[in-house]
Amino acid sequence: MPKIEIDEKTCKSCGLCIEACPKKCIAFSKEVNKLGLPWAEFVKPQDCIGCGFCYQMCPDVCIEVYK
Amino acid sequence: MKKIFSRPESLTNAPFSYCPGCGHGIAHRLVAESIDELGIRERTIGVAPVGCAVFAYNYFNLDMTEAPHGRPPAAATGIKRTNPDKIVFAYQGDGDIAAIGMSEIVHAANRGENITVIFINNANYGMTGGQMAPTTLLGQVTQTTPFGRDPKREGYPIKVCELLSSLEAPVYLERVAIYDPKQVLNAKRAIKKAFANQVENKGFSLVEIISNCPVDWGMTVMDSIKWVKDVFIKTFPLGIIKDKTR
Repeated sequence: MPKIEIDEKTCKSCGLCIEACPKKCIAFSKEVNKLGLPWAEFVKPQDCIGCGFCYQMCPDVCIEVYK
Repeated sequence: MKKIFSRPESLTNAPFSYCPGCGHGIAHRLVAESIDELGIRERTIGVAPVGCAVFAYNYFNLDMTEAPHGRPPAAATGIKRTNPDKIVFAYQGDGDIAAIGMSEIVHAANRGENITVIFINNANYGMTGGQMAPTTLLGQVTQTTPFGRDPKREGYPIKVCELLSSLEAPVYLERVAIYDPKQVLNAKRAIKKAFANQVENKGFSLVEIISNCPVDWGMTVMDSIKWVKDVFIKTFPLGIIKDKTR
């Protein structure tokens, strides 16, 4: 099953990956990281299709995609 | 399970200092991926600009240098002429390329220097807090045009690609955007082509990337993406402006 890994320490909470995900697998976390921002969290692993749209849109290159 | 997308080798592990949602990060990654895919990392030299991307030398895992404001095409010319076997690129913003460095880019293009220029157009001076740039749209509110840019007072936006296309020497000029995954993949194709042109000794290539600047535009990230799509690219139409390689 495809999956993504998001580096919560460098995520700046811009939300571009959340907007880009066609399956809405990503959402903001309830907690905040050291930057004081809620990071993008991989919340629905069962729906991920490994398209890599989140990776394409992430301005901080903090997403890795496995397939 | 295989890793299909991860940080390209041509980027260091240093976190970017850009604002959340800024297009510079995507542009950096596309440049790095193109260099990786062409297998030219060991012989590529980059020239960082003055502007938001001034620290680009910290982010690219390449030999990098830094030129005074607007001068990367001149510095890149010198590097390329003394090291013709190296791949040299200049990374510039719109204040850098279209204002103080207008002379350098026009003459480097006119000489047909075999270099690649990556030009980030975000319609304002980002690093200094969002003042008007030559590329600012008509009516756009910035720190120095609080009632919107008025053509009678500040002139019209300068379209660098169209301006350079009137010259004989440049071989490849294209304007791309990065507001959605489809556009990002298209931008990647353009950037890779601009580097491939240099590898094949074809001549001067420039890719203009229409980027968003949410903080200085005073918008949320999503609103800035929408503004690029609905307003920005109406003034700066996307596409190949000139391609002599075909």
